Parts: sequence; C-alpha cells; structure tokens
Amino acid sequence: MMGEEQNVLEIKDLKSYFFTEKGVAKAVDGVNITIPKGKIIGLVGESGCGKSMTARSIMGLLKYPGKIAGGHILFEGKDLVGLSERELRKICGNDISMIFQEPMTSLNPVLKVGHQVRETLLVHDHTIGKDEARKKVIEMFQKVGIPEAEKRYDSYPHELSGGLRQRVMIAMAMICKPHLLIADEPTTALDVTIEAQILRLMKQLRDETGTSVLIITHNLGVVAEICDYVYVMYAGKIVEQAPTCELFDHTAHPYTQGLMASIPRIGRNPERLHTIPGVVPNLLHLPQGCTFCTRCEFAEEQCRQEKPKLCQVGEEHWSACFRNEDGFCLSEG
Amino acid sequence: MSKEKEILLRAEGVYKEFPTAKKDQKVHAVNGVNLAIYQGETLALVGESGCGKSTLGRTLIHMLPVTDGVITFHDQEISSMDEKTFRPLRPKMQMIFQDPYASLDPRMTVRDIIAEPLETYHVCKSREETTERVLQLMKAVGVPAEFQNRYPHQFSGGQRQRIGIARAIALQPELIVCDEPVSALDVSVQSQVLNLLKDLQKEYGLTYLFIGHDLSVINFIADRICVMFLGNICEIASKEELYAKPLHPYTEFLMDAIPKADPHLRGEHRKMLTGEIPSPVNVPSGCCFRTRCPYATELCAKQKPELKKVGGRYVACHHAEAVTA
Repeated sequence: MMGEEQNVLEIKDLKSYFFTEKGVAKAVDGVNITIPKGKIIGLVGESGCGKSMTARSIMGLLKYPGKIAGGHILFEGKDLVGLSERELRKICGNDISMIFQEPMTSLNPVLKVGHQVRETLLVHDHTIGKDEARKKVIEMFQKVGIPEAEKRYDSYPHELSGGLRQRVMIAMAMICKPHLLIADEPTTALDVTIEAQILRLMKQLRDETGTSVLIITHNLGVVAEICDYVYVMYAGKIVEQAPTCELFDHTAHPYTQGLMASIPRIGRNPERLHTIPGVVPNLLHLPQGCTFCTRCEFAEEQCRQEKPKLCQVGEEHWSACFRNEDGFCLSEG
Repeated sequence: MSKEKEILLRAEGVYKEFPTAKKDQKVHAVNGVNLAIYQGETLALVGESGCGKSTLGRTLIHMLPVTDGVITFHDQEISSMDEKTFRPLRPKMQMIFQDPYASLDPRMTVRDIIAEPLETYHVCKSREETTERVLQLMKAVGVPAEFQNRYPHQFSGGQRQRIGIARAIALQPELIVCDEPVSALDVSVQSQVLNLLKDLQKEYGLTYLFIGHDLSVINFIADRICVMFLGNICEIASKEELYAKPLHPYTEFLMDAIPKADPHLRGEHRKMLTGEIPSPVNVPSGCCFRTRCPYATELCAKQKPELKKVGGRYVACHHAEAVTA
C-alpha cells in the first residue's frame, strides 16, 4: 500500500450506528476505505447498504439517532472523529466538500445561484472582497461549463435545468479548491446525455486540480466510466474492493457477481435477466453469519454461522467470502 | 419473430398542447405523432426528460384528451370519445406508474388496492370471489398471499411495484402503458420486475407501451423502439436494427451517452451532445433537434423533416442517408 502522506483520506474500522427504539441499526459496520491523492474512488451498493451514511459520517452530518460508535477518519493525517463542530466546519466545506444527489433541493430557491456560490467562498476565506469573490465565482462557472456565466450569476435555481443546477453544485463544491470531493449519486437525477457531460467534467476537474473524488453510486456503468478503484458495500460492510478493471474482469464476491449479471447490457439479449433473489436485509435483524447469506446461491452452513473477513484474491483485490479464502477467484459469469 | 402484425392501437397526427400562464403561449408537448402499436409487442418510447414521452403515453390511452389527431383502438376511434362512452374500454387499457411509493393509496390494504378495479367494474359477484381473484393476482406477480392485509408502507419498492402491476392486470387488459416502471428500483430488484413483466406478457398475451430513458433496460424488454425528441418522433425501428445502426443523429448521441458497464470501453472518443433540450414553449423552426445537431444545415431550419420509411424502419431527418453513410 502507499505511504501515509499520499492518502488524502483513510477510514479505519468506521462504525456508524443508529440507536433506535427498536434496536441498534448498524448502518456502517467496520468499514475501511483509503482514498489516495488525485484518484477517483467508487463506493457502490444498493439503497440502504450504508454508502450514503459513510459519506455523511465523513462530513459529520449524521443525524440523531445516528452516531459514530467507533473507528477513525483520518483526513491528511488528522482524525475527524471527535472533533468539535467548529473544528469540523473549518475542514468540511473548505478542504472536503460534498455534492448531493438532488440538485433541485440542495440549492436555496430564493437566492441567486451566484450569491450562493459566493457565500461559500466568503465564509471560508475572510481575506477576499465581495467583488473579487464575484469574479472568482464567474471564473468557476466558466470552468464547469455554464454558458453565459456572467448572466447565470444572477439566475435563480428554478430558471436553470437539472444539468445546469448540478454544474452550479459542482462549482460550489470546487470553489474552495478542496482536496477531497465527495459526490453522493451526482448523476442519478439526470438524463444520460447530461450524465455523460457531468462525468466528463468531474474527470476533467480531477485532472486539472488533482482533487481526490469519492463517488457514491448504485450505477455500475458510472463506476466503469470514471473510477480508478471501487469498493462494493452490502448491509453496512465492504464485501469487495478492487481496481475497476480487475473488479469487472475477475469479480470475486457472489454479491458483486449478482449485481454485474443483473445489469441489462446492449449486445447481449438473454430471454431472462439474472436476479438476486430477495431484498436487502433489515439492518435491525441482520443474519448472524455473512450478511449476504440469505440471498446467496452458494451459501453453506459456515456462511450462516461465521462472518467472513476480507481476504486478498488478486493484486489490490480483496473479497469477503469464504469461497475466496484460498485466494481462488471465481471466473466472471 | 412469429408475430401477427395486427394493429392494436394507431395514432395519426396526434397533438397535445398545454396552456401556460401567458395566453399567447402554449407548451407543445406532443407535436403531430404518427404511430402504430402491434398486438402482442412491446413498443418502447425513449427520450430525455421533458421530451413528451409520458404525455404521449397517457394521451394514447385516453388519460389525457388530445388537442388534435385521431387515435384508434381495434378500429374504434377513441380520441373523440367522452369519459362515459370510453368507460367500457378502460379495462382494456391500463397503466403501471413510475413511483411505487406515490402510486398506491397508503390507507388501503393490498387486498383493497388490487380489488378496487374489480369492484368498480363489477367483475366478481361476491366479496369472496373478489378476494379469491385478488389472491390469484398476487400469486401471479409474486406477492405472498399472507400479505393481503398489509399496507403499502410495509413493502419494499420492488414489491410495491409488483402490487401496482397486479392492479394493472386485474381487468385483463390488452394494452398496458408502463411509465418508467423500474427507474426507481435498485438493479437487483429491477431485473426481477423486468423478468416479471416479460413473463406476464407471455402468459396473458399483453401488449406493452414501455416508456423509459435507460436504453439498456429497453434493449432487454422491447421489440420495437420509438425515439422521441421534444414532442416529435425521430426514429422508429426494431430493436435489432436500432442498436446495430441508429439512423437519426439524436439516436446516435443517445446510444453513445449510455455509461457502458465495461471499464475497458472507457471512451474519450465518445460523441457528446452539447447543450440541453430547447423549451417546448418555443420549439425551434424546422427540425426541432437542429440546435443541438452537428449535421444541421439551412434546410433543417426551414423545413420540418417528415417521418420517412427507410428500409423497414422510419426516420425523421433530412440528412439520414448522409449522416450514417
């Protein structure tokens, strides 16, 4: 693995639990993620698997009754867990910023978009004047490909299309030159044509500024398109991690295999699609052994009793399945 | 394919406009659409959001009145019918909605939700018979019978969509408009629902009008594909022909934009559509796609391209031959 300084973010054994009346829901349960400098990392999983909660834990945005119950989040060597809100705010929004899924709801509808982006700049940089900030915002708008940037500065969110709003969000996130950008389903609400534009933009910004990116998505197509390294999450745990090409070529974990096989692909015309039977288990009543054992076609007695650990199955490729323990890699389906 | 080419529903010159706050402006949602749906097929309607695909789907099955044009169902003109005369035909044309969370009444049990259409049309003679039919339907879509007294919020998205499907097939329809039925679902559940739709089609001989924006989903489910842009049809072709070679430049861009689930195909060479959909209030003159089209010429601004037959398919572009050559 790489040296400490080269990693922008290291999540170590993170546990984010929700303490509800009905019991403890382990939304994130012992997750390790490393984000090297200048890389685009993907975190994939279905809804309810804890991927958004991982992102929220990093930003200190867990809502009651959610709490970080253990583990460390090292940002450039500094542990974010246990920092006061004031200390966290200095880092989040400035060095770490986030893009949310819904560009419609995450902008203030009664403020001009230019002002909203400028506000971010003014809050984090007290030396900058308002006019200079305006200039910087317009520059940023041009960089993220907003046409007629100067005119758009004075637009309200409802006057912009979904794609433009997401560009404004990206401009807002990038304006303080963050070292880490977290994008939570950045293209899910957009059309394919606009999605392709936004993904290209994110890649371009990474190449220009060297910002590391953590992309959270359920779309394996997005992962294949843009990520360098991928973590697959299921029911609060990382079940497989690998460089993107390795993950697609030598899928090891049965869950990832199921996901890959469920995607309808152009060029293949099967009579029926592969399905993963059942649904994601309730976090309050997780199976005792492997969390995937209730839906896994290979599940055996051992899987129902013991929890599998991540074991190495290839170069930088790890999988949490008893079938992979001897380093044996299942061939792609 | 051994399909009888019998036309189930035909649309000729269908227009749908909506008024805006300004009296002299209208939203041109559907702009003169001609189209035929054959019995037993799945016709997919594809396009970006705001292209009028959902409006067209709803207009075709009389859920929205047409502004102009003729729609015939089994040689019977339905576009000019009022609600009362149309009522006996409603069971034949049903709809599956996109949002499985919003389309089911949260205060009704699953049994009542599925039974409602049966009761409205007095299909069954007694309450017991209705319940029996409901249980049959639940079995057909794969929802366990013991859940009949549960409420929608107790189900996952995939199961709710199954309930919506059970309700849609309750009256033994011939045509079902599926309005993005799997867009809100996770991939693993999405494939379950798509398989179910295919199975039901075989079992009950259903015809689908499948509205969607995900071309890989459509590749799986559709027989023929109709690409829409800003209220107009750009291209209609069989799935095999369309994926082998798109003729309309817009189709070409749409296919190129899909993220391929294969990192080795990560393409910098991809063709990228610039800009966004023009407003349907001020539709560009001539070809509505010309403002985004790299091949556009003067002719495109002057004259609206007609949907022309090219081989076994239809395309509306002045330069279709040149573009694909």
